[in-house]
Amino acid sequence: MDTGDTAWVMTSAALVLLMTPGLAFFYGGMVRTKSVLNMMMMSFSSLAIVTVLWVLYGYSFAFGDDIGGGLLGNPGEFLGLKGLISDVGTIPTLAFVGFQAVFAIITVALISGAIADRAKFGAWCLFTVVWATIVYFPVAHWVFDFTVTDEATGAVTHTGGWIANNLAALDFAGGTAVHINAGAAGLALALVLGKRVGWPKEAMRPHNLPFVMLGAGLLWFGWFGFNAGSALGANELAALAWVNTLAATAAAIVGWMITERIRDGHATSLGAASGVVAGLVAITPAAGSVTPIGSLIIGVIAGVLCALAVGLKYRFGYDDSLDVVGVHLVGGLWGTLAIGLVASSTTPAGIDGLFFGGGVDQLWRQAVGAFAVLAYSFILTYIIGLIIQKTVGFRLDEESEVEGIDGHEHAESAYDSSTGGSAKRPVASATAQKTAESEVPA
Amino acid sequence: MKLITAVIKPHKLDEVKAALETFGVQGMTVSEASGYGRQKGHTEVYRGAEYTVDLVPKSRLEVLVDDTDVVDVADVIVKAAATGRIGDGKVWVTPVDDVIRVRTGEHGADAL
Repeated sequence: MDTGDTAWVMTSAALVLLMTPGLAFFYGGMVRTKSVLNMMMMSFSSLAIVTVLWVLYGYSFAFGDDIGGGLLGNPGEFLGLKGLISDVGTIPTLAFVGFQAVFAIITVALISGAIADRAKFGAWCLFTVVWATIVYFPVAHWVFDFTVTDEATGAVTHTGGWIANNLAALDFAGGTAVHINAGAAGLALALVLGKRVGWPKEAMRPHNLPFVMLGAGLLWFGWFGFNAGSALGANELAALAWVNTLAATAAAIVGWMITERIRDGHATSLGAASGVVAGLVAITPAAGSVTPIGSLIIGVIAGVLCALAVGLKYRFGYDDSLDVVGVHLVGGLWGTLAIGLVASSTTPAGIDGLFFGGGVDQLWRQAVGAFAVLAYSFILTYIIGLIIQKTVGFRLDEESEVEGIDGHEHAESAYDSSTGGSAKRPVASATAQKTAESEVPA
Repeated sequence: MKLITAVIKPHKLDEVKAALETFGVQGMTVSEASGYGRQKGHTEVYRGAEYTVDLVPKSRLEVLVDDTDVVDVADVIVKAAATGRIGDGKVWVTPVDDVIRVRTGEHGADAL
C-alpha cells in the first residue's frame, strides 16, 4: 500500500462527491423559481439513495467477480461491503469503493436535468433505485472493472467487464459509463415524461445564472478528482489527467463562446458555464490517453459541438429541459470517439489514434463501446420509465406543474418573496401545525 | 390634492428622487414594477434559444401633492427622468379625495 496514492484517491473521492451538490446548483439555477428546490432535491436524493444501494449490493454488482460474459459482477461477493479490508493495487480496497460510489451518485443525478419541473419526487426516487441497479451497476462493471492477473503465476485472480477487457475500449474516467449512459437515459426519460406545459412556446428562462456559474465552478473543481483521481494513484498519469482536465475545459469555454458570438451576437454566461461542462465531459474518457495539445483539440470541438447540439431538441421536439443530451450524450460520444482519433502513444495509455498513425483499430473499439452503452441505457431506461409511468405515475399532474413542483412535492418555496407577514406559524396545536405544513405557501 | 404616479427607468430613480427633494417634496412611495409601452421589451438568448422579454423592469414612483404644486412636481419628474430614448416611461395625475396621516389622524392638505 502506498500512503500518497491512498491520500490522493480518498481526496479525489471527496472532490467527486462535491460535484453532485455542484450539479444541484448548476441545474437549480437553470430552472424557474417555482422548481429550483425539486431540481436540487433530485441530486441530493441521489446522494442518499445510491450510497445506500452501493453499500448494500451496488459495489458487488459492479466490481464482484464476473458471473459470465463480462456482463455483471457477482452480486453476493461483497454484499454489504463484506470482506473488503484488503488492498487493490497500491490503495486500500475501501478507498476504491468510496471513489467509485461517488461516480454512481453523480451519474444518476445527471439524468434529472432532462426531466426538470415535472417528475413526481417519489417516482424519481423509485427510478433511482431501479436505474442504478439494472443500468448503472452493470455498465460500471463493463467499463471500470479490470481483470486482475497474479504477476507471479499469471493466473487470473479477478475477472472484470467486457468493454474494459474483451473489447479494450479506453474510458479513463467515465465518458461511456457516466456521460453517454446518463445522456441516453435522459433522452429516454424526456420522451417518456413528455414536454413541460407550455414548452417550447412559453419562456422558461433560467432563474439564477450566478447559481449556474457557481455550480459550473464546483463541477470543474470536483472534476479534478473525477479525472486525475481515476489514475488511482498520485503519479504521472494523474498529473497528465489533471492538466488535460484544465486544458480541454478552457478550450471548450472558448469554443462555446465563439459559437454564440457568431450565431447569436453575444457570448453569454450560461454559454460559458455550459462550455465548462461540455469540455469536462469530453475530456473525461480521454484524460489519460491524449497529450495536452490533444486535449485542447477535444475541448474546443466539444464546445462548438455541444453549443450547436443543444438546439436539436427544438428541431426534434423533445423537452430535454437542461440539455443532458446536448451536453452529456453528445460531449461523451465525442470524447469517447476522439480517443480513436487523437490518442497518443507518448501517454501512459500507450495507444496511437487515427491521426497519429494508429489506424482505425482503437476508433472502432471506442465506437462499439460507446454505442453499446448508449443503446443499453436508452432501451432499459425507456422501459423502466414507462413501467413507472403506467403503475405509480411518473409525471406530475398539470395543475401542480403550473403552480410549481416545489410547493406540491416538497411543501416549500425557495424564495420568500412576501413583503409582509404572509407566512404565519400557528402555535395552537400539533394538528394545526401539521395542516399548515401540508399547505402550499401562497 | 392629487396623486402623481410616474413609471420611469430604474437607473433614473436616484436623479428623480434628488430633484424632488430639492423641490421640497416631503415623501414618496417607490416600488419595483415591470411593464412595457411602445418599445415592446427586448430579446434574450439562452443556449441559442431566443426569448422575447416583453415586460421590462421599471420603477414606479408615487407622490401626493397639493393642487397648486401638481404641474411643477410633474415637470420636475419628467425633466429628471428623461433620457430622450425609447422606454423613458410615463407620468400621470389622478385626483385624490382625502389623505389621512396615520399617526395623528390629520386630514387633507395637513396630512401631506
